[in-house]
Amino acid sequence: MSFISSSIGRKVAMSLSALFLISFLLLHVAINLLSVVSAEMYNEASHFMGTNPIVQFVMQPILILGVLFHFIMGFVLEFQNKSARPVKYEMKNDQGNSSWLSRNMIYSGLVILAFLGLHFYDFWLPEIQYKYIEFQAPDEHRYFAELVHKFENPTRVGFYAVSFILLMMHLLHGFQSAFQSLGVNNKFTPGIKKTAWAFSVVVPLAFVFIALFHHFNH
Amino acid sequence: MKIGANFPAKTPEGPIEDKWTSYKNKIDLVNPANKRLIDIIVVGTGLAGGSAAASLAELGYNVKAFCFQDSPRRAHSIAAQGGINASKNYMGDGDSDYRLFYDTVKGGDYRAREENVYRLAEVSGNIIDQCVAQGVPFARDYGGLLDNRSFGGVLVSRTFYAKGQTGQQLLLGAYSAMNRQIARGKIKMYNRHEMMDLVIVEGKARGIIAKNLITGELERHSAHAVVIASGGYGNVFYLSTNAMGSNVSAAWKIHRKGAWFANPCFTQIHPTCIPVSGDHQSKLTLMSESLRNDGRIWVPAKEEDVKAIRSGTLKPTAIAEADRDYFLERRYPAFGNLVPRDVASRAAKERCDAGFGVNATGEAVYLDFAAAVIRYGKEKALVTHQDANNEALVLELGREIIATKYGNLFQMYEKIVDENPYETPMMIYPAVHYTMGGVWVDYDLMTTVPGCYAIGEANFSEHGANRLGASALMQGLADGYFVLPYTIGNYLAKDIRTGAIPVDTPEFAAAEKGVQEQLERFINNKGSKPVDYFHKKLGKIMWDKVGMSRNSKDLKEAIEEIQAIRDEFYKEVKVPGDLDGFNEELAKAGRVADFLELGELFAKDALNREESCGGHFREEHQTPEGEAKRDKAFQYVAAWEHNGAPKDANLHKEMLDYKYIEVKERSYK
Amino acid sequence: MDLKLKIWRQKNAAAKGKIVDYDISEVSSDMSFLEMLDVLNRELTEKGDEPVSFDHDCREGICGSCSLQINGRPHGPDGGTTTCQLHMRKFKDGDSIVIEPFRAKAFPIVKDLIIDRSAFDRVQHAGAFISVNTSGNTQDANATPINKGDADHAFDAASCIGCGACVAACKNASAMLFVSAKVSQYALLPQGQVEREKRVTDMVSQMDEEGFGACTNTGACEAECPKGISITNIARMNREFIGSNLKS
Repeated sequence: MSFISSSIGRKVAMSLSALFLISFLLLHVAINLLSVVSAEMYNEASHFMGTNPIVQFVMQPILILGVLFHFIMGFVLEFQNKSARPVKYEMKNDQGNSSWLSRNMIYSGLVILAFLGLHFYDFWLPEIQYKYIEFQAPDEHRYFAELVHKFENPTRVGFYAVSFILLMMHLLHGFQSAFQSLGVNNKFTPGIKKTAWAFSVVVPLAFVFIALFHHFNH
Repeated sequence: MKIGANFPAKTPEGPIEDKWTSYKNKIDLVNPANKRLIDIIVVGTGLAGGSAAASLAELGYNVKAFCFQDSPRRAHSIAAQGGINASKNYMGDGDSDYRLFYDTVKGGDYRAREENVYRLAEVSGNIIDQCVAQGVPFARDYGGLLDNRSFGGVLVSRTFYAKGQTGQQLLLGAYSAMNRQIARGKIKMYNRHEMMDLVIVEGKARGIIAKNLITGELERHSAHAVVIASGGYGNVFYLSTNAMGSNVSAAWKIHRKGAWFANPCFTQIHPTCIPVSGDHQSKLTLMSESLRNDGRIWVPAKEEDVKAIRSGTLKPTAIAEADRDYFLERRYPAFGNLVPRDVASRAAKERCDAGFGVNATGEAVYLDFAAAVIRYGKEKALVTHQDANNEALVLELGREIIATKYGNLFQMYEKIVDENPYETPMMIYPAVHYTMGGVWVDYDLMTTVPGCYAIGEANFSEHGANRLGASALMQGLADGYFVLPYTIGNYLAKDIRTGAIPVDTPEFAAAEKGVQEQLERFINNKGSKPVDYFHKKLGKIMWDKVGMSRNSKDLKEAIEEIQAIRDEFYKEVKVPGDLDGFNEELAKAGRVADFLELGELFAKDALNREESCGGHFREEHQTPEGEAKRDKAFQYVAAWEHNGAPKDANLHKEMLDYKYIEVKERSYK
Repeated sequence: MDLKLKIWRQKNAAAKGKIVDYDISEVSSDMSFLEMLDVLNRELTEKGDEPVSFDHDCREGICGSCSLQINGRPHGPDGGTTTCQLHMRKFKDGDSIVIEPFRAKAFPIVKDLIIDRSAFDRVQHAGAFISVNTSGNTQDANATPINKGDADHAFDAASCIGCGACVAACKNASAMLFVSAKVSQYALLPQGQVEREKRVTDMVSQMDEEGFGACTNTGACEAECPKGISITNIARMNREFIGSNLKS
């Protein structure tokens, strides 16, 4: 049995892709936060990310593959796990032994997937269109205005906020769980859990904050 | 009748410490290529059966192992708590093979065969080496070396342990050795199979009829030798510390086919069990004897305190030291709370019979850890440089130590009784635990049926009339790992040319037919009472009249009553369901039928033994202080030969001759 | 107390099962859960019905025979307890109790509440042993001192009773806690080092083959384990497995 077809191998792959996505999230929130501080700095950072060839042609594909891999493997595991109990219990009392968050990663994940779809539609597709289809001239100053524009619609802001709450829930279990899957459960675990908890709460809230900030300030 | 020329015990010549070695040097061996041609059936997968199956398979024999549980790992050896003895002398307290031998023979009240006991002591150290090599996680001290504790009836610390789960760890060790052989294809494992009868061909044990408990089908299995490792028969008392499925049937079937049954009345009543709570009770729970290392046993000294406790107006912790009767320490100052099990049990019964029992039924005494908590707490406070005069701290530290030593037992007690034993003394009462009696075997562990062996608790064993704590695990593993694998070769060496034993023979057909008829009889019986009704009734007679203290009148009554229940059983028993498929009631019916025969032989043996020794206490034979009074005339193994009905069983005597140990009064004062 | 029982009845592996209702009265709070079922079975037998089949043997929480999903939880509502050690004082008069077998693809139902856990045995056959002959000619037991901490952790892992509650509790019917307990025991002891890498790959491979799910780190297994086996063992097994794959 190959490593990646084993149950543990798959979990390890899930964890590694998760940690990669988490590191991306950190970068993403950092850049977005700049928009709250100064439109100029935000534009600069965005322009760099949007035009740097390494970011564009190396890191971006890796990121997309990482996202796809994480989702596909998530579904593969979900299918495998569901088929491990073909006949359901008449009564299952899970709240007595585990957290809701940990049992429903597939659902929080699905909402995030839906959100990512929207996100791509909102930001990534226009971006690709702008740069590679319409070949418009680079404009270092358009990013901030586009951002602000997206957060005008309250429904979109609402969905955006809900998605990040779901991401928070996904992270609350997933981040610390990744370490367990990678075999890290030792004296550092309490610290890891606290850090992961703080990250999982702070980062999604920061995204929500940014959305609300622009919604109400512009 | 004496054990005749047909069945000598076959003990080797020479000085006792050389017997086993010279035996091994002289026996016939089977060469490795020929071992592949030989099949062995092992019935039971506890410590004895599991270790035997693994060792025999490793030697190269084809082993078929049977257990009625869903996995060999669930055999009742798993429940043994306290520990396993070995004469390693790691503590440097003067232990030796001889001393272990001496303690075991004395502890058994001079009713065991000394050659077997010496061999047991000799291989005891190997067991520990073997188990450690297999990854059994015994308790260790801070230096990383193995820890030992002390058990009843001895003056050294030679008991190796793994918390209160030693049996579990040792059994899982044997199970792992089995797994290795199962993976190699050398053991074919038959889970959820029950042995229904022994098949004898031309005077030799050549197979068994087994029932697949899931499908209900009867199966014929042949082999060149059959090993019975099916454990003890304590469940003849209905309530015992045995597992619900523990039974005498495999041993009883071979008895009916010619194997003599020895000393059935030697039964161990264990002093530290959780008292009975009501009629619904299905089994009793043992609290390890290791608790007596630190627990002190007492009852109130004043009758008014007993009354107040029973009515709930007085708490045991409120009784002053001076008003407590630490009766074991009072009666046996040298050994105190660590007297052997039979002595401790009878002393508790004596106090309760005198009206000092501390629960509602009057059948319980206290086992108190308060003194140990304070002792350990103070020690820990000193070692960790804390205030040893701070009572709360000392209590807390002491309870922590007690928890590391006995945590699982305390937890178990609390689950069952709903009282916190860290705060209030435990209540305990004796219960049936182990049976020293069993199938008679010679030095080779072969029964009187050629090719049929009995090992572990199933045989009449090395424990005489009373087994010392932590010796059962030792004997089970000694038999399975280190004795039987040698001795069985001595017999099988003559079988290398026999070839596979066919199962389509009249002998197998007849045995299967007999089994089938009995099963049909149960299913078709038009009775009205469930199997348990009869089992409970039998158990009550056994406990009341053949229990901790016995007399001629009661025993005679018991024999008649058991006969009557047996008749009633066959008329009135109701077994639901059908022959096919899983049917636990049907399995139970077969087992209880055998208990109903064994029970009578048990009482008959107790009646025959006109002395008190070890766990067998005849009221007619006691010293003025109420201690057991042995009789030299009964210094023999009573081996019973089946002859139709238990009442007609023939007695054979194997006289016990002690050359290496002086037979003295067994005193623990 | 009087209780309403809803029990899964199923004639055999092939048959279709269903929940059947039974009323039982005069249950004493001192009874164990299985003794309560004994009473029910006696009544059923006397009425001429077939008693409810369930696995049980030692009734002192160590053999691992008993199972039962009671009101949605393996071994019932009481923590750190097997069904045989669960007492009726944990229930109230008038309670309704749903009793089902442990459910997993790898644990097919034999009859009523009895399941076939031989998958656990097969995982153990794959490597849960140290290949040492039972000759007794090994080195002296004290020749290799073992750090007390390691020995204690090995013991804690080894105290698994193989009941299957971890599988029953897990939303994925994963056997990771069971398998990791055994892997850990040997990984922690010097005796287990020689076959360390082969053991973990073989056992995990067999575990997957049996149809158990993967681990989602919900911790349900640890919470329901009657012996309190910790999921740190699962982390250790993951580590062992990753290490073993990196080396091979």
